[in-house]
Amino acid sequence: MALRGNLRDFTVAQLLNLINLAHKTGTLVIEGPNEIARVAFRDGKLAFAQVGQEDNRLASILHRSNRLTTGQLRAIQVRAAQVTDKELGLLLINAGYMSQDDILNSLQSYFNDVVRRLFTWVEGFFRFENDVLPPDDRIVVRLDLENLIIEGARQLREWEQLQDEIPSLDMALKFTERPGTNIQKMNLSVEEWRVVSFINPRNSIQQIGTAAKMSDIEIRRIVYGLLQAGLVEVLRSESAPKPVEKARPAVPVETREEQKSLVNRLITRIRSI
Amino acid sequence: MQTVKMVVTGPFSAGKTQFIRSVSEIDIVATERKISSEGERAVKQATTVAMDFGRITVDEDLVLYLFGTPGQKRFDFMWEILSEGMLGFIVAVDSTKPETFREARSILETFRAYAPTPYVVAANKQDMEEAWDIEDMRHALRLDSKVKLLPCVATDKNTVKNVLLELLYSILAEMEGGEK
Repeated sequence: MALRGNLRDFTVAQLLNLINLAHKTGTLVIEGPNEIARVAFRDGKLAFAQVGQEDNRLASILHRSNRLTTGQLRAIQVRAAQVTDKELGLLLINAGYMSQDDILNSLQSYFNDVVRRLFTWVEGFFRFENDVLPPDDRIVVRLDLENLIIEGARQLREWEQLQDEIPSLDMALKFTERPGTNIQKMNLSVEEWRVVSFINPRNSIQQIGTAAKMSDIEIRRIVYGLLQAGLVEVLRSESAPKPVEKARPAVPVETREEQKSLVNRLITRIRSI
Repeated sequence: MQTVKMVVTGPFSAGKTQFIRSVSEIDIVATERKISSEGERAVKQATTVAMDFGRITVDEDLVLYLFGTPGQKRFDFMWEILSEGMLGFIVAVDSTKPETFREARSILETFRAYAPTPYVVAANKQDMEEAWDIEDMRHALRLDSKVKLLPCVATDKNTVKNVLLELLYSILAEMEGGEK
């Protein structure tokens, strides 16, 4: 089914978060005002990226990362125009020009850079094409998305949007128990680490902000980033007052058995409609 | 005569009125007004301003009332009034309108704060081609895996029944959990 919409409603960082959490495989196509980007994922990890007509063949990427000189690039483009990326990679490794790690690092750096550029896109339409991946002759990587998501979330500056995302500072935070999330691997800023150090179900976001000497917008922005990266989740603060129980009982009978009997009567009736 | 009530809430044009209409034994008492905003009028001509009201008679001693809340934010003063004494609530979300997901999340949080009662989320319009997949909606709405997110087509009585039943099962489970 459709996973499509408008960038005004879902930022690129939010889309990456969704793809990461759902372990999606396929290609995210974003139609911006001037060009189209295609970013491929396998099992929720970044595999490949292309923006507009930009040359993203292996030779060009290696040239951009200074692994190939302009002369070498030209020679490859002239003499090996028909050689696929995988074949070129093998040739370069076998000839001793570079290692497999050199090639993968250059590709990862380029694909990361493409995604970073997409964070500045605020207008456009997106759609996710399930199971569509780059052609077999292209080299794909396998990059965790958490660091990219947190980078993208840092760019959310709009006060109103932050207020929508985190409407109340009375809530507390706790670390998620999602397998595979490792905070040690994250590239957190000093301010983010400071907030992380105060995370505890007893501390409200407001209290964390005060302890870390941050304004409302600063603490909201950092919490938003941590939420988007799937590191933390929001819960009611243990120190917050409990919601007031309504004076009128929701079930108009006294004992637990009577209440269960009433609900069972409702179930029987609804089934019969 | 005993009465219990459930509340059907959700963003503008999520299908709340139709949801109640599909199972109510009376013509629903709707408080609809013509829409003044041009943008919203493009979506539908009239909207609920106070509440919708449907009824299901269980037996001679028990009646279930279904209350639908107004979806437009400027009528949100009605929400707390309607939530008082509810057995549980349903958050209806239009699966084809991702632009309403953020508001749905906010409405859900507001109702959770009003009363600690069980709730389910109904992913409405799942029969439409543009509908988001249920699991994608779960992530976009940031729903915990324990929260029931149910496919629904408000015009289809069977899917509406299923949503109501799942809410009742949750209510029963909570009662049984409270005994331990």
